[in-house]
Amino acid sequence: MPSVDEVTTAIEHIYREDSRRVFATLVRLLGDFDGAEEAMHEAFAAAMTQWPEDGIPANPVPWLVSTGRFRAIDSMRRMARFQRSPEALQAAVAPEWSVEEIDEKEFRDDQLRLIFTCCHPTLPPATRVAMTLREICGLTTEEVASALLATPPAIAQRIVRGKAKIREQRIPYRVPSRRELPERLDSVLSVLYLVFNEGYSASRGGAAVRHELTATAIHLTRTLAALLPDPEVIGLLALMLLHDSRRDARTDEDGDLILIEEQDRSLWDRPKIAEGAALARHALAAPAVGRHALQAAIATLHATAPSTAETDWAEIVRLYDLLMQAAPSPVTELNRAVAVAMRDTPAAGLFAVDAILERGELHDYHLAHAARADLCRRIGRLDEARASYERALALATQGPERRFLERRLRELRATPRTG
Amino acid sequence: MRFICLGYADPTVFGSMSKEEMESAMEGCFAYDDELRRGGHFLGGEALQEAKSGVTLRYSANGVEVTDGPYAETKEYLGGILILEARDLNHAIALMSKHPGVRFGPFEIRPADESINTLIEQRNQAIGG
Repeated sequence: MPSVDEVTTAIEHIYREDSRRVFATLVRLLGDFDGAEEAMHEAFAAAMTQWPEDGIPANPVPWLVSTGRFRAIDSMRRMARFQRSPEALQAAVAPEWSVEEIDEKEFRDDQLRLIFTCCHPTLPPATRVAMTLREICGLTTEEVASALLATPPAIAQRIVRGKAKIREQRIPYRVPSRRELPERLDSVLSVLYLVFNEGYSASRGGAAVRHELTATAIHLTRTLAALLPDPEVIGLLALMLLHDSRRDARTDEDGDLILIEEQDRSLWDRPKIAEGAALARHALAAPAVGRHALQAAIATLHATAPSTAETDWAEIVRLYDLLMQAAPSPVTELNRAVAVAMRDTPAAGLFAVDAILERGELHDYHLAHAARADLCRRIGRLDEARASYERALALATQGPERRFLERRLRELRATPRTG
Repeated sequence: MRFICLGYADPTVFGSMSKEEMESAMEGCFAYDDELRRGGHFLGGEALQEAKSGVTLRYSANGVEVTDGPYAETKEYLGGILILEARDLNHAIALMSKHPGVRFGPFEIRPADESINTLIEQRNQAIGG
């Protein structure tokens, strides 16, 4: 028989690797998030007492699911007895069921069911993010709160309301049909990207928390890509890896931002770039190319170029054109304008940026004004550059971005006035 | 994590209940406490006598003043506390939402302040030997 220490180590490992799979299946079997969570913890507690005597089962996941479900039904029966409610007792008498009936595919589908339910479009986006982190990734409420820079009670209420909505609206626990898959998958991918971005661009909170959040997003996207190898999932995974490859190069030791053209490219994570680029190629080869695949292709060109000057800007503009067809947005148009400035001239880029700003949608978007300021600076229209940097600074909220804009303004003030 | 659950109750609700109803309510609470014990969540609890049998001390310029009971204007009084072991705040909420006691008055769930509790434990060790 294994020693208690061996069992403890094994259980810790299984908890880390498989507890969310156990949870996902228990949600389906018990039809309730809270009940499934308690049942899962009871199952792990039971493992702690039974495994040192009976040995570690060959297939721990079905054992844990079966034990959790058994414990939950036991508890429901006891509760029904003292509530003296025949309906509750009836509900607790579930049909007989054995673990052998659950095959690997069912377990995988349960994971997908959990992901699609937590990212359901009827839930507000902030709720989807909180539920994804807690229910799918297994973070505690307090960890989610610290990652999202919110208080634990605020996150707890978001999650309670999200679960209530799933119950009240009878959101089914299933993988969407082929017909609704693209839209539902898009909702999942945007949640994953929000989680990644929260970690990637957050300026407040400790660096460790932020890295953990990007790592969590990458891990979950990787899991999703294995469960559902859709080109868009693979494209998003590629995009995250390519962005994350620059993590060590994009800030200096004071946490100040370093623009891509000034980054030390030897600090870029080459294995991550290689993996991201290969995945991006794979995603781009799909018959219908989506926005994540296109963004990943653009990110590949940046990540594999030896310098800003030697970047294939013509190809980047072409990919932005495709992206504007696949998913038109003013921010994409702005990025395209910046690429045009690099391919042609800063004046050509400025012309495009001004046309976008005139339409008004990006009027309060600090990066639009920062882009305009940079182009004016390069043409030598320094007064206009100053005005645009000031406008960007008035709109920017994040520390490193503000410090970057302030630095640019100081540099401009140091140069002699032109106009 | 340890959470301290403060259970409030409206005395008029209990006043209007029959002896059987009271007993049934208590039985329900005890049975659920047992469920919490089975899951390793019930770390302890204390029931309080009714508010009018207590006093409130308040420091003022004239020294310590003693008044009857808690604030007179509140309708719900602290009736008992339960010390709960839960994974996080949402787990604590899920566990306490099923507690029959919540039907008789609100529960307040507060995380234990373990940094101060560590200091208290150190004093216990130092004095207790």
